[in-house]
Amino acid sequence: MQKQQIMCKEIESFDFQSGGEASSNLKNILRKLGVNSDLVRKTSIVTYELEMNVVIHSLGGEITALISEEELEIRVDDVGPGIEDLDKAFTPGYSTASNEIREMGFGAGMGLVNVKRYADKLTIESSKENGTHVKVLIKLF
Amino acid sequence: MNLKELKTLLKADIIFEGQGYSDDFEILNACGADLMSDVLAFSNEKTLLLTGLTNPQVVRTAEMVGIKIIVFVRGKDPQIETVALANQLDIFLYSTAKPLFEACGILYKYGIGPEEMNYIEPPNI
Repeated sequence: MQKQQIMCKEIESFDFQSGGEASSNLKNILRKLGVNSDLVRKTSIVTYELEMNVVIHSLGGEITALISEEELEIRVDDVGPGIEDLDKAFTPGYSTASNEIREMGFGAGMGLVNVKRYADKLTIESSKENGTHVKVLIKLF
Repeated sequence: MNLKELKTLLKADIIFEGQGYSDDFEILNACGADLMSDVLAFSNEKTLLLTGLTNPQVVRTAEMVGIKIIVFVRGKDPQIETVALANQLDIFLYSTAKPLFEACGILYKYGIGPEEMNYIEPPNI
């Protein structure tokens, strides 16, 4: 089944004022499409964690959402600098965020852990040269 | 517990009460956290958040999990941007002079239980 793009939004590095707007937009789009509220919440959490990762850790990126009758696909692509140690990034409590970021309530080292918890399928590729590319699938049924 | 009782117990000041405010709004569960990922780990709606953080991302986080009420502890006033975003999203804001531990303790004593965490087994990546 072919997927239809329902959102594509640019995310700027360190933009804490607008950070979360893409996730908020997607939440509203999914509600309008009549997606069940548990799935909307699950998707919102995943998207928001990934969006804030782009804001906090990257030099900027993009979030794209696609939908088919069976599933929702969230793609988050940034331009770098990449995740140094992917295994560590999935360790609960591990974070490379600065004290300044932690004081804002982020950098708890639970972001990717939460994404993994709510995603039905998660793939992540990261390198210094090509940035980080995350793909999350959430089943709609 | 309803919203009026919550405000009385915490001696809470109103920062923003939006559309649909009702004294009888029922509070079923709550979480107290200063880490946004901890809030995002909770699974159910109709939750109250008690926090010491006051930046707009607190409201954004609440929006993502369907939290309707935020109480800022230790008498903290949120930033103007935080109140503006709450206004836009119709999320109610209050402030209490009580510290986080005491505020949570009072609510627990008067019947608000902990939120159930979502313990979905993570898939292999």
